[in-house]
Amino acid sequence: MSSASSDEELGTEYTFYRDKPDWKDIEPLSQDEDDPVVAIDYSPEFTDVFNYFRAIVSKGEKSERALILTKDAVKLNPANYTVWQYRREVLKELNKDLYEELCFIEAIIFKQPKNYQVWQHRRILVEWVNDPKYEKNVTKIAIEKDAKNYHAWQHRQWVIKRFNLYEDELNFVEKLIELDVRNNSAWNHRYFIINNSTGFTEDILRKEIDFTLENIRKATENESSWNYLRGLVLHNNQGLSGNKTITEFCESLYSSGNKSSFLLSLIVDICGEQASKGVVDADVKIERGRALCEELATKIDPIRKNYWRYIAENLENGIKTSGDSSKVL
Amino acid sequence: MGSILKDVELKENIPTTVIFSKHIEFLTDYGQQKESYEAVMTDYLRMSGMYWCLTALELINTSPFPKNDIVEFIKSCQDTESGGISASNDHDPHLLYTLSAVQILCLYDSLDAIDLEGVTRYVASLQNPDGSFAGDKWGEIDTRFSFCAVATLSLIKKLDVINIDKAVEFVKSCMNFDGGFGSRPQSESHAGLIYCCVAFLSITGKLDIVNQDNLAWWLCERQLPSGGLNGRPEKLPDVCYSWWVLSSLAMLGRLHWIDRNALKKYILACQDIETGGFADRPGDMPDPYHTLFGLAALSLLGLESIEKVNAAFCMPQSVIDKLQIHIQMLQ
Ligand SMILES: [Zn+2]
Repeated sequence: MSSASSDEELGTEYTFYRDKPDWKDIEPLSQDEDDPVVAIDYSPEFTDVFNYFRAIVSKGEKSERALILTKDAVKLNPANYTVWQYRREVLKELNKDLYEELCFIEAIIFKQPKNYQVWQHRRILVEWVNDPKYEKNVTKIAIEKDAKNYHAWQHRQWVIKRFNLYEDELNFVEKLIELDVRNNSAWNHRYFIINNSTGFTEDILRKEIDFTLENIRKATENESSWNYLRGLVLHNNQGLSGNKTITEFCESLYSSGNKSSFLLSLIVDICGEQASKGVVDADVKIERGRALCEELATKIDPIRKNYWRYIAENLENGIKTSGDSSKVL
Repeated sequence: MGSILKDVELKENIPTTVIFSKHIEFLTDYGQQKESYEAVMTDYLRMSGMYWCLTALELINTSPFPKNDIVEFIKSCQDTESGGISASNDHDPHLLYTLSAVQILCLYDSLDAIDLEGVTRYVASLQNPDGSFAGDKWGEIDTRFSFCAVATLSLIKKLDVINIDKAVEFVKSCMNFDGGFGSRPQSESHAGLIYCCVAFLSITGKLDIVNQDNLAWWLCERQLPSGGLNGRPEKLPDVCYSWWVLSSLAMLGRLHWIDRNALKKYILACQDIETGGFADRPGDMPDPYHTLFGLAALSLLGLESIEKVNAAFCMPQSVIDKLQIHIQMLQ
């Protein structure tokens, strides 16, 4: 409900449809309301537009004036999915210039970027014209305004996958991560791009690990980059404990006095993995892991103390709590 | 370390108990408000609005509205051709509102009032060859719709009309490297969509495909120092996300991994003591949507004065029991 428009006015010189001479032939259809749970009072403009909209729909009229009417109706309520559907039917019927419609929906998207219907409308138009050339720019602007806009990211990923537009995407993502290293959507997109284009080859994996560690260093409490690192490890058959770059990074960060819960958690997992591989000093590894869990539970992250105690308990059983690639891949 | 955590601060004089009578007032009045902007906006999602209000009222043991009127309204929203149900009269059918309608009818033990064959046909018609579901004839794909489809069919005992294996395969393909789920393959993990996927798997009995501990850790990382839960990293806490995270943890058998008292305090602080109702965050405008999810979350947290809620369906457990529906809950 947070997507409610605050921009519903149709302009100061709104002429009621009931006063328009070219609408004289239409009998407006009002909504009958007698149920207390559903009874609602609308503004006069709203009632006017939607009474005529209902009349047009019931007649099945697909005309220029119907198109204008739907424009007013979506401005009053861009979340009304029925109006958008009808508008598309009219667009098709009249064989309208869909590039014009792409411009129109772009303007609405920038006013209502968190609305499902506007993005869906755009996707259908892009399918119809079979031309994605504006999509990267539109989503870029939407993402610049709200870096975590789920709809914008979803649209961008759809268009990239649908039209094979992976080129230059890593640069786009890199800039966003540079701007805000905590942007989880950008990290997810990075994974999406690599996974669907080059794949995580040995070479790319090495580069990605370096890139991620560098960014972890910038913000060691940043869940997104640590999660991404764990995602990378899923593609590495030496596991977590077998990757010297990662283990050395963690140990050096730890000995610098860093107490990020994500760092400690990774060291716990490294200990667990080493122990389950049957190293000679398995007991020592488990003991260390447990001590870290206890520190997390009591001092660093007590809000999740039950989680950390669970991890400690399961260390000995060799239950890995991360890096279990069997399910995701 | 200089981390800037996005969170809210709870004030001193926040409510610490549930103000039941105010909520009843709020929910009862909501549909009747005159010239309220919110009321205007609810037209296109009226069926869901009714589900939020009526379920919230049921959870606090009230049902002030005449059932017949509500059932008649729902009947009038069913499209005879496709069998689907719309948000309101003069709207097109959609899976979201079909589920809301079926949920309300279950509350009122009135499933027979609509054409259930039609609902079955409609839901089945929206499944794609890859197992995913579209929300309506325009083909928007989202794991939300996978959930709506199996929840609807499960409530009317018609789960066998769709290809469950394919549907599960699609949901599984939306599992991410962090254990979470998004709207489509490799879309960012998001607590609302995780709820949809976990509830989907719980209803279909396929919860064993998740990375239980990985996912539950991601979910409990959503709890912020204020006690509230957010829906993604670096987002503000919100009562509705608190429900989605909490119910998912409940189905995963890991509800105890978050700090229950802290969450309870946060949710109670989101009540509006003047008007009743819950908001997303303390001090914001209340609405029926956050009121339902606030009450439902408090129910999962064990508040005895609220009816027990079913974590997958977000409906009173007594209603689910009566329908003899069993969902999978991990240990
Ligand atoms: Zn919310």
